[in-house]
Amino acid sequence: MAVIETKDLSYTYPGGTKPSLTEVSIKVEKGDFVLITGPSGCGKTTLCRCFNGLIPHFYQGELKGTISVAGKDVTKHQTHEMARHVGLVFQNPENQLFALSIEKDVAFGLENLGFPRTEMRERVDWALRLTGIYDIRDSSPHEVSGGQQQRVAIAAVLAMQPEIIVLDEPTSFLDPLSAEKIFEVIHDLNQRLGMTVVLVEHRLDLTARYANHIVIMDQGKVCSDGETREILSSEETRLVGVGIPKATLLHQLLMKEGMKLGKTTPLSSDEMVEQLSEAFGRH
Amino acid sequence: MIVAEGVHFRYLSGVEALKGISLTINDGEFVAIMGQNGAGKTTLVKHFNGLLKPSSGSVRVDGVETTKTTIASLSKTVGFVFQNPDHQLFSETVEEEIAFALKNFGFEPEIIKKQVTWALSLLSLEQYLKTSPFMLSGGERKRVALASVLAWDPQILILDEPTIGQDHEQKEKLRQFIMQLQTQGKTIVIVTHDVEFVAECNPRVILMKEGRIVADGGGRDILTNTEALAESSIVLPQIAQIFAKLDSFGFPKNVIDTYEAKELLLRAWERQQK
Repeated sequence: MAVIETKDLSYTYPGGTKPSLTEVSIKVEKGDFVLITGPSGCGKTTLCRCFNGLIPHFYQGELKGTISVAGKDVTKHQTHEMARHVGLVFQNPENQLFALSIEKDVAFGLENLGFPRTEMRERVDWALRLTGIYDIRDSSPHEVSGGQQQRVAIAAVLAMQPEIIVLDEPTSFLDPLSAEKIFEVIHDLNQRLGMTVVLVEHRLDLTARYANHIVIMDQGKVCSDGETREILSSEETRLVGVGIPKATLLHQLLMKEGMKLGKTTPLSSDEMVEQLSEAFGRH
Repeated sequence: MIVAEGVHFRYLSGVEALKGISLTINDGEFVAIMGQNGAGKTTLVKHFNGLLKPSSGSVRVDGVETTKTTIASLSKTVGFVFQNPDHQLFSETVEEEIAFALKNFGFEPEIIKKQVTWALSLLSLEQYLKTSPFMLSGGERKRVALASVLAWDPQILILDEPTIGQDHEQKEKLRQFIMQLQTQGKTIVIVTHDVEFVAECNPRVILMKEGRIVADGGGRDILTNTEALAESSIVLPQIAQIFAKLDSFGFPKNVIDTYEAKELLLRAWERQQK
């Protein structure tokens, strides 16, 4: 069942001269881990803003085509209604944090939905621990580093346990090891709870391995859409200027030179090591 | 040249962010400072343009102690591009943003115009001359912030997390751009988490942990030093990860470049086929 479906979705920001999205048609199935990538300014963030109705309700502008998320027509439901189904983590955490303490920020969404106190407590603690910020829960979100702020923004969305979580470069300020831990948490929620994940990222080295579905955008259009390994092994993907993982690139280069490796496109160094170990045999 | 000697720095909150840093960055060097969040990287580079002054120890830029001069005068030599472009951008158009510092430095209008055009074209931002920086995407705002500093052509350029939000192509442009600045003899210091970017640039790498330097050397050696990287919570670049695990097949460990990796593997495979 598709939980997100857009058909010929086009959008122009108010005062914009050209559309930021042009006839975008994509389908995200329940339980998918979708990676959306593409050059800067290609419309990835704009598309995410459509998923919870920030576009068109907050940004206004001109929206054409159809978009349904969690079975609802986004244009007919306000963002606060969509928020029950879709949690959005923005690129810049400062835009999203406002409370006096990290804990209050994480609890805010649940408070608004009128959750009972004990359940709220449990969920907030769970989200704080998952993202590794339980110990700093009493600090102000504005006195911690950019990386910690990103963890707060992610925790606030996780606490709501939405069916769909949309993350727009959620770990850009975190060091790679911390980023990896966060991606592991999200991947685990996707696997265990069947939470649908839409992740916007440039760094495929870090993230491609988690995704079963990838959408590549360029200049407001979708230029590739499909199974991750298939898309990343194709020549067109490289031409759009998407930085495929180094392990994938190495595999491609070696296959081109006629070296015999496994047919499965590797998405991580471990997968590549496996294929190389086989090729060189265990001596 | 930047010379830091025994630099300690304590924030008003009492946190000691730097615990005795000594280093020399020579003219024309390209240095990447790496380490996990909170290691003190940004605190250190803020000492290079006088934004922060050491609690003890000293920092000298071109022989001048930062405590004995002003940020305004230091910033002619040292350009600083912040991690979050929104901390730096404030003008109504991209053009005004880039012209701002030049005006403050008292350049003539014709020169300002020339420098603005030059900086915009370097970063492929010409089309946004009259656009508000806040209408642009995160990656584009980042480039505006960089252009606004490049415009006055400082000798030393400090870039705090320059690759955040940049796509593959922009990163490649940034890399070429840094190389170009280097051939002009500029000193470039970047603070970054982006191991893949550093692997492609292969600069001098300084690893920091909890306010101290834990390793300092060539990119190839540091980025394949599994122990030092683990200590400072840095993930190995993907190619180095692969070679770290191919040890038993007799491959060298210190490989970070994809094309070098390809050659090595291909040659070994061809030998095996014979």
